[in-house]
Parts: sequence; C-alpha cells; structure tokens
Amino acid sequence: MELLLLLGMPAAGAVTLGFLGARRYAPELNAVFGSGTFLAACALTARVIRHGNLLLGREQFFIDPFNVFLVTLTAFVGFTTSLFARPYMRVEMEHGRITAGRLRLYHSMYQLFTLTMLVALTTNNMGLLWVAMEAATLSTVLLVTLYRTAASLEAGWKYFILCGVGIAQALFGTILLYFAAEKVLGAEGVTALLWTHLDAVKTQLEPAVLALAFVFLLVGYGTKVGLAPLHNWLPDAHAEGPTPISAVLSGLLLNVALFAVLRFKSIMSANPAALAPGPLMVSLGLLSVVFASFMLYRRQDIKRLFAYSSIEHMGIIAFAFGMGGPVANFAALLHMTVHSLTKSAIFFTVGHAAQKAGSQLMDDIRGLITLSPTIGWGLMVGSLAILGMPPFGVFASEFLILTTAMKQQPWATPILVVALGVAFAAIFGRVQPMVFGETSARRLPHAPALLPVFTHLAIVLVLGLYVPPYLAQWYRAAAHLIGGR
Amino acid sequence: MAHTTFDLQLLNACAALLLLLSFAMLSQRRVVTLVNLLAVQGGLLAVATLLLAWRTGQHHLYFSAALTVALKAAFLPWLLHRLIRRLEVYWDTEPLLNISGTMLMGLLIVVFAFGLAQPITQLASTTTRSAIGIAVSVILLAFLMMITRRKAMSQVVGFLSMENGLFFGAMSATYGMPMVVELGVALDVLVAMLVLGVFFFQIREQFDSLDLHHLESLKEHD
Repeated sequence: MELLLLLGMPAAGAVTLGFLGARRYAPELNAVFGSGTFLAACALTARVIRHGNLLLGREQFFIDPFNVFLVTLTAFVGFTTSLFARPYMRVEMEHGRITAGRLRLYHSMYQLFTLTMLVALTTNNMGLLWVAMEAATLSTVLLVTLYRTAASLEAGWKYFILCGVGIAQALFGTILLYFAAEKVLGAEGVTALLWTHLDAVKTQLEPAVLALAFVFLLVGYGTKVGLAPLHNWLPDAHAEGPTPISAVLSGLLLNVALFAVLRFKSIMSANPAALAPGPLMVSLGLLSVVFASFMLYRRQDIKRLFAYSSIEHMGIIAFAFGMGGPVANFAALLHMTVHSLTKSAIFFTVGHAAQKAGSQLMDDIRGLITLSPTIGWGLMVGSLAILGMPPFGVFASEFLILTTAMKQQPWATPILVVALGVAFAAIFGRVQPMVFGETSARRLPHAPALLPVFTHLAIVLVLGLYVPPYLAQWYRAAAHLIGGR
Repeated sequence: MAHTTFDLQLLNACAALLLLLSFAMLSQRRVVTLVNLLAVQGGLLAVATLLLAWRTGQHHLYFSAALTVALKAAFLPWLLHRLIRRLEVYWDTEPLLNISGTMLMGLLIVVFAFGLAQPITQLASTTTRSAIGIAVSVILLAFLMMITRRKAMSQVVGFLSMENGLFFGAMSATYGMPMVVELGVALDVLVAMLVLGVFFFQIREQFDSLDLHHLESLKEHD
C-alpha cells in the first residue's frame, strides 16, 4: 500500500503536470506531489521499522534497510528541491530563459525522474533496475537542454550518448549475471534476475562469469556515478541544465547509480572464488578523488566547480565501499547521506546567487553577503560543510573513512589527504570572494526559498554531532548487507 | 548434439550475416544505406529469434520476435528515415579513422571479442552458444562505429546496432531475458529514439547542422 502510494504519487504527478504544468499554480502542485511522495516514503519507512524487510508485488519489489533509507532521502530531497524550484523557475521565466511550455516539460519530467529513481531503488528485479536507470537518463536529457543554448544542447548530447553507451555495458553485465544465475536457479527465467533469489544462491554462481558481469556493471553504472575516467558527461550536464536538476542529479541520481553497483557488489563479494570487487572500486574511487580535486582549479563556472566536487565525493564513497567491512561501509553510507543533503543545499544557494549576478561565472558573482546575507551565509556554510569542516556530518564520515583507510589501505591515506587538501584550497579560495567583497548583485522578482537550504544544512550538522540510534541501526544493517572485500 | 540439423545451420548463418552486416555498417558512409542496413539487421535478428523459438518451443520468444520486427525492422528505421529526410542529412563526413583502418581495427576487435566470450561459451548449455562470440563482436564493432563517426545520425545507428548485439547475446546465451525485462528494454529504446528526434531538431535549430564538431565547445573551458 505504502509502496503503491510511493510510486503512484510521482506517476500521477507526471501525468497531471503534463497537462497543468504551465499553469500559474503548477510549481505549488509540483511541491504538493513532492510532499505526497515524501509522506509515502515516511510511511514505508515506518512499516519497514515495524515489520522488517518487505517483499511486494509478486516479489518484484523488495524493501530492506539499505534501500529504504535511500528511498526516504530521495523523496526528501525531491520534495525540498521542488520547494526551491518554486521561486527559482518563476525567476527564470521572468528573466525570459524559459517559456511556459518548457516549464510544463520541466514539471512533468521532474516527477517522472523521481518515479524512475524510486523504481530503481525499490525494485527486486535487476532487469527492471536497468530499465529504470535508463529511464532516469531519458527523463532528464530534455531537462538538461531546457534552455536550448548551444552549450546546453552539447551537454545534453554528451549526457545522452555517454550514459546510453555506459548503460548498454550495464545491460550486457545484467545479461551475463542472468546467464550465471540461470544455471543455478533454473531455466524458467522468472526468478533468475530477482535480487533476493540471487542473494540466496550467491555463493554458487559461476565465478568467471560473475567477474566478467561485475566489470561490465561497474563500468556501466559507474559512468552514471560519474567515476573518473567515465565522468565526462557530469560537469556539463550539471552546469548547463537548470539548477534544480543539477541539485537532484548530484544529490540523488549519483547515489542511485552507486546503489545499483553496490547491489551487485554484495553478490560478488560473498563468492570467495570470484574476483574481489573491492580493489576495483578502491582504484576507481581514488582516481576520481585525485582527478576531480585537481580539476577544481581553473574552473570558471560555479556549477561546474561543484559538479567536480560531486565527482570527488562519489570517489570517496566508492573508495570506502571498496575497502568494505562494517566501519567503512557505515562511513560510506553516512557520507552518501550528508553529501546528498549538503550538495543539493549548495546548488540551491548557487542557483539563486547565479540569478542575482546574472551569470554563472564565479568572477561575476561578488559580495553576496551584502545584498542577501542568507544566500551568502548559506553558500559559505554549505561549502565549509562539503569541505569536511567539523562539526558537520561530512567531517564525521570523512574522518571515519580516513581512519579506516589507515588500517586497511595505508598507502592510499596520504593520497586522499592531499587530494582533500587541494579540494579545500580550490573551493574555499573561490567561494570566499563570492560571499564577501563588493557587490553588483540585483534584486530578484521572487523571494528565494532558503528554507530547504538551512533544513538540509541543519540535518547535516546534527548528523555530524549525533547519529540517531535508529539511523545508526539502519546503517549498520545496510553495511552488513553490502559486505566486505 | 542429436539433431544438428538444418535449422541450427540457418541460425548460424543468421549469426554470420549479422557479423557481416556490422562490417558493412562500419564501411558505409551514406546515412540512408546505414539505416537500411540497420533495418536488415533487425530483420535478421527477428528471423533468428523465430528459428530459436521454433527450435526450443519457448513461447515468449515468438513474442519477442514479433516485437523485434515491429520495433527494430520497421518502426525505428522508418523514424530514422523520416528524420533524415526532414533534416536532410544524407552523408557522413570522412570518419576520424579512414575506412580501411577502421576495417582492420574491426578484425582485431572480432578476435578480441571471441577471446572475451570464451568463458561464457564454455559454460553455456544452449545450442546457439557458438554465436555468443559473434554477439560480443557486434556489440564492440558498434562501439567502434560510435567512436569513429562524426555525425549524430551515424552515432545513433551505432547505438541501435549495439542494442541489437546485446539482444542477440542474451538470446544465444540464455534464450532471451525474462519478458518483463525485454519489454522494458524495448520501451526504453523506443523512448530514447523519440527523445532523440526532439533533440535533433533542437540541435538543428541551434546550429543548422547535425555535425558533432559543433558540439565541442565545452571542451575548451573544461
């Protein structure tokens, strides 16, 4: 029931807004559907807390501690982003960057995108997971090109082709997995792609095929996670699309893609004869962190800057999951949560800052704090949080990851520390003059929505000081599920 | 194998033709012909599926054969032809690597693909397992085509050809994926092409051309 509501809400939203998305009250309607989805997610969570794992819809959907927390996070950020988009998209319209028709496309596709992510998270069928991931790309391609500028078309094309090719690799990996599973689970083919069944027989799967499947899946879904060297689409898609889309791409889609990788990793790592997935993820993750933090220098565009920062953080998370074990997995899950909240909050402030300055170039954004202290402080605090300053949650998770790395991969620790330092210098150096200094910003026709920003940052702050017991319980259960190696 | 008979030979012939078609696509610069080749590839795939359905008696394969004909042999080529006419893109420019070089690369890729498919082929119990290597070759050749072509339309044909290869691989290794997945994949491909149609017109409107070198400005400040 809760699941039906959870998936039905955005589906109904997509259809309704497909018709009414250009109306004056459409942004509010979008937020209403967002809040409905969030409430449904809360109800589902409550049910999982009470009754444990759920297997629904003829075993096609499976809810466990690992995905239920991502479902809640996705629904929550989806909801707050719709709150942020309310004034943001209105301002964009008044500045003449989009028309009413495109606003309708935006609203409808936004709900569809939420739906695809929720399906990808809750489905038990690894084939459907693929279908949902591809649908998530397709529903956002036209949103990246919403402004129809040359740069946005280029970004959209890159996004479409690179993620399309990447996801084709993942389909091949899924086929190989099916091939391996069919040997054990029987040729009926009905159950051989269901994760719960795969999980039950994971030690019996053929190791050679499994290894091949995992490599393809890692490359395929890794493209969507934005791991270097497969990250090429990410900065462009983030920079050229409308800001609410940057926020959900960065805060949610990357997590969902990583979730897909982890589902397969947990099957792999339980099979002692198969190739260990850990080292692959460790090296891809480390490469992303190092590459992204050095790319942070010489950025001109503020959204591009934070897009590279997303690559860096996804790298950190992949690195931590690659190390495996209860502590590293716990830290990585925490990092997924806080990164998602912090990064979307930053994009919210960046969106309004860029509107005020009339430009996304960092050199044009100056002195935010004089004209609108809340946006200025939001950006400053958000940046400090994402850079891993105590007492924010990112500090806690990065600290845990670094200390675990010292034990498990001592050689990688100095590399990580240097990369984090470089990232700190790069981002802080750019943000500081944007917040302080002389201003040339203008007043916006609609008051910006800053409640989501400070809500997110407050949660991140709380998570840095204290992880509530039930959340810790979840993380532990999920960490156990993901396993080691 | 008790009855290595005529239908299996036919199936293998289909597989061989699919590989040939991939090479034909690699060497073809005329976009209209490229789309026709893609349609033939879709048709061959449907024939192979039908043969397999008849041979194994699996009913869902009949259904996916019908789906393949409708989508890959008829609708998508029709859509692409329409786009080509409307956008007037008939020729691809010289590929990044010249044709003979590409063909040589293609040969190497086929050798590599058979090597890659070796462990799967050994484990497969399907009668069509010898075709797995061909499926992997088709996928990788399509990949090569996407890398070497400049025009958006050729890249899309490459993308669809890769999807055909994946479909053929699933079929020869496991007699196809579960129905719900196959339907989902078909739906995604369909939607992808529709999105692409919209997208092409946007590119066209902006640049007055579908040449992808217009789409390289972001590299400079990247």
